[in-house]
Amino acid sequence: MKKIEAIIKPFKLDEVKDGLTSIGIKGITVSEVKGFGRQRGHKEIYRGAEYQVDFVPKVKIEVVIDASMAGEALAIIQDRAKTGAIGDGKIFIMPIEEVIRIRTGETGKDAI
Amino acid sequence: MDGRNLKVGKSHGRKEEMKIIALFFLMIMTTVSIAVAGDEPPTPLTNKEAIQLVQTNADYIWTLIAAALVFFMQAGFSLVESGFTRAKNAINIMMKNLMDFSMGSIAYWALGFGLMFGVSKSGWIGTSGFFLSDFTVGGDPWVLAFWMFQVVFAATAATIVSGAMAERTKFSGYLVYSVIVSALIYPIFGSWAWGGLFHGGGWLEKLGFIDFAGSTVVHSVGGWAALAGAIVLGPRLGKYTKDGKIKPILGHNIPLAALGVFILWLGWFGFNPGSTTAASKDIAMIFVNTNLAAAAGAVLAMFTSWIRFGKPDAGMSLNGALAGLVAITAGCANVTPLSAVIIGAIAGIIVVFSVVFLDRIKIDDPVGAVSVHGVNGAWGTLAAGLFNIGGTSGKIIGIQVLGIVVCFVWTFVAAFIMFKVIDKTIGLRVTPQEEAEGLDLGEHGGNAYPDFEVSTYSQR
Repeated sequence: MKKIEAIIKPFKLDEVKDGLTSIGIKGITVSEVKGFGRQRGHKEIYRGAEYQVDFVPKVKIEVVIDASMAGEALAIIQDRAKTGAIGDGKIFIMPIEEVIRIRTGETGKDAI
Repeated sequence: MDGRNLKVGKSHGRKEEMKIIALFFLMIMTTVSIAVAGDEPPTPLTNKEAIQLVQTNADYIWTLIAAALVFFMQAGFSLVESGFTRAKNAINIMMKNLMDFSMGSIAYWALGFGLMFGVSKSGWIGTSGFFLSDFTVGGDPWVLAFWMFQVVFAATAATIVSGAMAERTKFSGYLVYSVIVSALIYPIFGSWAWGGLFHGGGWLEKLGFIDFAGSTVVHSVGGWAALAGAIVLGPRLGKYTKDGKIKPILGHNIPLAALGVFILWLGWFGFNPGSTTAASKDIAMIFVNTNLAAAAGAVLAMFTSWIRFGKPDAGMSLNGALAGLVAITAGCANVTPLSAVIIGAIAGIIVVFSVVFLDRIKIDDPVGAVSVHGVNGAWGTLAAGLFNIGGTSGKIIGIQVLGIVVCFVWTFVAAFIMFKVIDKTIGLRVTPQEEAEGLDLGEHGGNAYPDFEVSTYSQR
């Protein structure tokens, strides 16, 4: 089993979700996050004083899937989240030791 | 036969009808002429008493409707102030606004009204009418209508200060301020300029000082007290970096602040036209002047911010509308609509530069109260002399300037001493830790928006 964590532009969430459900992924966790990478922040003005916004708002999605689906899911996320401009985000992939469904006690692939 | 008879009958009937009608008219005409001979038709002169009664009732109604509109400005202030500050201090702002009006009403009833409008032999202070003693059951209720209109003005002056001192003031210390300003600082200056509207008579108004609805009496008093408060308190933590650079602290809800400005604008249609305290045709021009000055203030503040900062700034434009309103308040009854546009436009420019200037000299006023009410109250008072419909002169300008200066000296010094005394006794500022966590938690034990986070309350 693998976990995919992707940090993307907030307005790309719907497209990414539609892509992932279309290949049969049944669950996604989404959080609103802030951060900076190469894009850095940007400048804004409040009542005449300029200030630096260091942390840009992003959306983080987390999906746990069977390892066999990982390649397809990565391709879908990269395709759907891409605008080509700086700040499109990053995808992280990592192994998962175990999954347990709280209600039934199922484990492993059945619990995904 | 039948037909002929019928014809005859018809013509006969017609003649009868005519006779009856003629008789009827004759009767009416005689009755009327008798009536006319015995009783003159009503004229404004013969009906004077009834007309006066209608006028008096209309005066009451207009004064009290206007009082209700000015009361609604409290809602406007509370929204502007909470919108321009952080969510963690929203309860505190609301409580300060609520108590400004509530404690202020009691203080003004007990002490303030008498000091402002009581009999004043010296012209410096009123000495009668405390606890509304001018009202006796069954007597003339005008004092009640007048008091209601004046108490909402006193509360306006008091609540201006809350915004400038936002996000760092100890609540108990603020309550002391709230009572003192409504009971002493505001009414004493008010008696100099407005005492003659009731039983009093102030030295400043006797010189010919023009301040129709209170650019100086209400707004500058609030603004200069706000300046004293902001100076004694010092800036909010994090407003300036160690090397002295400005780090803006963003307001948490600009739509709320904008709604507040719209409500204030509406309330000003009671504030200025209501200051006639009479139902008269004069209110039309005052209405128009009030609206034009606000509009010009908003437009010019927007363009000024656009040119200076590259974008049309919402906070500055909102302040611009208020600046125009404050500036027209003194002269709204004695300048032309064209002058009102000029007065408002200049106010819109002044407010942007004033906000930036105060920020630079490290006087932290989160909502721009000093610039809107203090600085533009002074500008409006000067403008009332400059643009006076009846012509202007060195003497008129001189007296306006005297009023502006006297207001600053009295209010700033009195408020500065009061805030220093509060600071040294019960304390004026919360601890740095409480300031960081928010006054809602520290002062009131609550959270203004608990359900804007994932709710984790147990269902058990």
